[in-house]
Amino acid sequence: MTILLFGITKDIVGSSTLSMPSSSEFGAKNTKTVKELRIYLGKMYPELNKLSSLAIAVNNSYADDDTIIDNFDEIALIPPVSGG
Amino acid sequence: MEFNRYQRQTNLNDFGPEAQQKLKDARILVIGAGGLGTPALSYLNAMGVGTLGIIEQDIIELTNLQRQVLYTEADLGNSKLKTLVAHLKSQNSATHFITYETFLNKDNALEIISQFDLVVDGSDNFSTRYLVNDACVILNKPFVSGAIQGFEGQLSVYNYKGGPTYRCLFPNMPLANEIPNCNVNGVLGVIPGIIGSLQALEAVKVVAQIGEVMSGKLVLFNGLLHRYQIMRFSANPGNTIIKELKESYGSENCYPITTINSGEFLKIWKSEDTLQVIDVRTEEEFKNDPCTKSKAINIPLNQLMEFNLDMDINKPIYLICQSGQRSSTGVKILQDKFEGFSFVNVAGGLNKLLILQK
Repeated sequence: MTILLFGITKDIVGSSTLSMPSSSEFGAKNTKTVKELRIYLGKMYPELNKLSSLAIAVNNSYADDDTIIDNFDEIALIPPVSGG
Repeated sequence: MEFNRYQRQTNLNDFGPEAQQKLKDARILVIGAGGLGTPALSYLNAMGVGTLGIIEQDIIELTNLQRQVLYTEADLGNSKLKTLVAHLKSQNSATHFITYETFLNKDNALEIISQFDLVVDGSDNFSTRYLVNDACVILNKPFVSGAIQGFEGQLSVYNYKGGPTYRCLFPNMPLANEIPNCNVNGVLGVIPGIIGSLQALEAVKVVAQIGEVMSGKLVLFNGLLHRYQIMRFSANPGNTIIKELKESYGSENCYPITTINSGEFLKIWKSEDTLQVIDVRTEEEFKNDPCTKSKAINIPLNQLMEFNLDMDINKPIYLICQSGQRSSTGVKILQDKFEGFSFVNVAGGLNKLLILQK
């Protein structure tokens, strides 16, 4: 699973993409959801938990916490940016 | 002249004279005349938008020049709004400009935005961005939002024909220091040029009703990889209806300044003999209207950058002008230049003081 990182998430993780090992890496056995991904990433990179708004896209569509994801999906972490 | 002027776009099958007329009839408000606002305004003005509103209160600083390419070294210390409007008028004399030398805030947002059909948000802080969203939702106006950071940019058209709003994507305003705000993080100079130009493109599409407006779509531009991604998102009914603005949006201004109201100032002006007051009006204004002469020194705004401060650091230094506008700019200049001093703007300036004294 590839996670593309935008804005501050790139700085928090330290690169512009993150490759996630497959299978039940973030705790769930069969299904994985965006919510589980959020929790897993929050453990790996606690700074991410501080973000009030962090949009997650699955295959270029905004995903809510219940969205199911699999190893072939392309994920993106999108925080707001403010610069003008 | 007009027919010839726009023929390169009116020749286009998908544009034509009808779309040109729609641009001419349009009233577009651009918030911020910085990295995003200046390219957006240049193109909107060039393409023939009839009425352009601009809100900006900053002055031109050296660190602006790497990305705000309309401003020159000769403009340092001058008002962005005045400098930009002079340039835009020479670019297109037919455009009608409505200018607001202020920051958008909770008290003026609804009144200002209500006078326009479309808003282009090029502000540099989250407070203003959420305020723009909420005001546009209340007033049912679409807005073209652009934002930049580092080598990246984001673009979308929110609140367009019932489409999603900024809060549908980012429900909560980031807290202070959570995400770089107010341009504290770097940005490569050309990135706002790209995103601001895309904002002008989307604004024209909305007004002329051509193409596919980026509503419900967030364009993510990564300059280093030269990658565009478009993320689809939908409206959350809870965010498409807003009845009133919030109590507070934090500081809508990236450089908050201390102010004193004219009543309080008048009291200390009368009672204290050793006040530190700088009158930032021009030498001529100061000479012809010597009402501050007894206690103030005159340093015109455009000389503040070079001026050597020889005042007591332990006492406040008040800045005054005719209306309170130039003095607020002056406070910002001096705050940046002289750390440790406390500069205070006299709100309303001499105009307010004269009314009080009558």
